[in-house]
Amino acid sequence: MVSITTDPIDMNAAYQYVATDAAGAITFFFGTVRDNTKDRPVERLEYEAYDRMALAKMQEIADEACQRWDVRKYAIIHRKGNLAIGEMAVLIAVATPHRADAFDACRYIIDTLKQQVPIWKKEIFEDGQVWVDAHP
Amino acid sequence: MSNRVSVLLFGITREIVGSPALTLDLPQTGQVGDLLFHLKEQYPALNGLRSLLVAVNGEYAETDQALRPNDEIALIPPVSGG
Repeated sequence: MVSITTDPIDMNAAYQYVATDAAGAITFFFGTVRDNTKDRPVERLEYEAYDRMALAKMQEIADEACQRWDVRKYAIIHRKGNLAIGEMAVLIAVATPHRADAFDACRYIIDTLKQQVPIWKKEIFEDGQVWVDAHP
Repeated sequence: MSNRVSVLLFGITREIVGSPALTLDLPQTGQVGDLLFHLKEQYPALNGLRSLLVAVNGEYAETDQALRPNDEIALIPPVSGG
């Protein structure tokens, strides 16, 4: 399951979704809003997505993970809109028979999502705003 | 004959252009590279970005890909999800 939502991410619902009797391992990754960037205090983040393409890319990444590892269930949920410090921006959940696959697939999914999926975040500071990684 | 294409804009490119979308007339043989050339000329701030890709119908496109009026075209500045 892949999704993009403006609502807070429900980790319990994601757990219920990926739980399966065939799994001996479930890994979760949560990306959360940090209160600073290089010691500069961050007030909040704004996320924006090219929804259609982002969902298609998230599905491609999930399909590739299922090819490489024995993934029985997965959830990839990204939030967009305004997020406060400490809120969850992204959730990856992977259920596999054994733990090594669960760790590896989860790591692959979040790393590849960050490289390929058209989602952007803007850091809002007390005295300015910056689109993350936009400039060299 | 012109080849009018519309382009979706996100993140910093939306702010540079000042609009979530724009339309542009390209030559009939217009390619992704032509689109980028015209936009960078019109909006020089685009040259300062770390990278600037184009997606056509939801897929990252090479600069020699031809563009047609009904394509869904989007500028993709450096992504920063997660």
